[in-house]
Amino acid sequence: MKKIEAIIKPFKIEEVKKALNDINIEGMTVTEVKGFGRQKGHTEVFRGAEYTVDFLPKIKIEVVTTEALAAKVVETISEAARTGKIGDGKIFVLPAEEAVRIRTGESGEDAL
Amino acid sequence: MSLKFSRFKMLFVLFFLILLCGTAVAGDTITAAEVQKNLDFVWTLVAAFLVFLMQAGFAMVETGFTRAKNAINIMMKNLMDFSVGSLAFWAVGFGLMFGASNGLFGTTGFFFSDFASDKDPWLFAFWMFQVVFCATAATIVSGAMAERTKYVSYLIYSAVVSAVIYPVFGSWAWGSLYKGAGWLEALGFIDFAGSTVVHSIGGWAALAGAIVLGPRIGKYGPDGKPRAIPGHNLTLAALGVFILWFGWFGFNPGSTTTGTVGIARIAVNTNLAAAAGSVLAMFTSWVIFKKADIGMTLNGALAGLVAITAGCANVSPTSAVIIGAIAGVLVFFSVLFFDRVGVDDPVGAISVHGVCGAWGTLAVGIFIESGFTMRQLGVQALGVGVAFVWTFVAAFILFKIIKATVGLRVTPEEEKEGLDLGEHGGNAYPDFQVHPSSFR
Repeated sequence: MKKIEAIIKPFKIEEVKKALNDINIEGMTVTEVKGFGRQKGHTEVFRGAEYTVDFLPKIKIEVVTTEALAAKVVETISEAARTGKIGDGKIFVLPAEEAVRIRTGESGEDAL
Repeated sequence: MSLKFSRFKMLFVLFFLILLCGTAVAGDTITAAEVQKNLDFVWTLVAAFLVFLMQAGFAMVETGFTRAKNAINIMMKNLMDFSVGSLAFWAVGFGLMFGASNGLFGTTGFFFSDFASDKDPWLFAFWMFQVVFCATAATIVSGAMAERTKYVSYLIYSAVVSAVIYPVFGSWAWGSLYKGAGWLEALGFIDFAGSTVVHSIGGWAALAGAIVLGPRIGKYGPDGKPRAIPGHNLTLAALGVFILWFGWFGFNPGSTTTGTVGIARIAVNTNLAAAAGSVLAMFTSWVIFKKADIGMTLNGALAGLVAITAGCANVSPTSAVIIGAIAGVLVFFSVLFFDRVGVDDPVGAISVHGVCGAWGTLAVGIFIESGFTMRQLGVQALGVGVAFVWTFVAAFILFKIIKATVGLRVTPEEEKEGLDLGEHGGNAYPDFQVHPSSFR
């Protein structure tokens, strides 16, 4: 099993969720996060004074899926979340050792 | 001992004051007419100041019903439509509305030029009362066009509506309140405080704006079904409605522009209609959604207020309850209707002000105390129709011209990121983001 963590622009979440639903990913966890990459921050103005906001709001999506589907999920997220402009985000793929569905006690890929 | 002394001193001061008052009264010969005149000035201005506060009410309602990323933009629009509008109304609008009429609109009194000839300070009291009404009509549009309109385009709209669109119709219905003469009022059209003159004008301009602009990104799903875009702060939205309700006690009773005993019943009518509107909107939402919905209930109160504005001086309190109650139900279905037909109005301004303003104006013809006549109802309907055609067409053309020249809408990227950043370079709630000043 693989865990896929994608950090994307907040307004892309609806499109990414729909794209993942379309390839039969049935669950995901979403967190509001802050951060920056090569984009760095941007400047805002308060009463004429500029200040830099280093950590921009992003959304982190976590999906755990089978080895077979992982590449497809990465491709789907990256296509749905892309605007082509700096700040689109990143995707990380990690090995996932175990999964358990709490209600039934099922484990492994059955629990996904 | 010292206590006794201070009592004596107090008595002496009191005696001296009474003596002073007595001589003052005996010395001045102020006539009853002068007292009445002073009272008229004071009441008209106090009412104007109450109506000014409605600007804050609109700002709170609009920002509460929309997303946090556009809060600065809403504040700026509400501040600027009053500021730009005040200047436009002073320079042009007031003269078009209340100057000596050429039959279609006023042609004198620009830049307070009337004061130079007659030196009558009533001009200032009356202008102050009228400018806050003009601003109310202008600011209604802000809500319906929220979250996607280019800021500079909104400023242009504000100037034109306050200088031309509002005053021209106003001159037809209210011109004779000062030096003008209106053809609608000559026919017997009754719109005491502006269900049509103020609220429908704002509402129909908002309709034109929302249509030319198109819905917000994400308002309609791929299947075309409307989706909810929840507002970010219902506490502020509720505060806004309370402020508006309070301000309406200046809007309607103040429209006497005279300090008379008549203002008491106008205040009662205003209050009862608002109460009936909110109760009925609440029950309607309760029956249909199975829950008492705050957004609909708040709009119900406003619907009742808008509807009673035309007839508040001409109908009984019982009629006021009926007018408000019908408005409360009407606003509920109207909001759903505009949502379904693809007109995205984030705050419900078209339904509250346009639709309920039209209803309130017709209702005068039905519930008028002097007795129902088909003629009165016909004149009311004519006024409602003329207001719609004039405002919708004029505003539609205005928005189309703005769209073709400076552009009416922000880019999709800016809309998604929020107008606060794109148009104003700021953030209304910066402490909710991680930046160094949050830790200082």
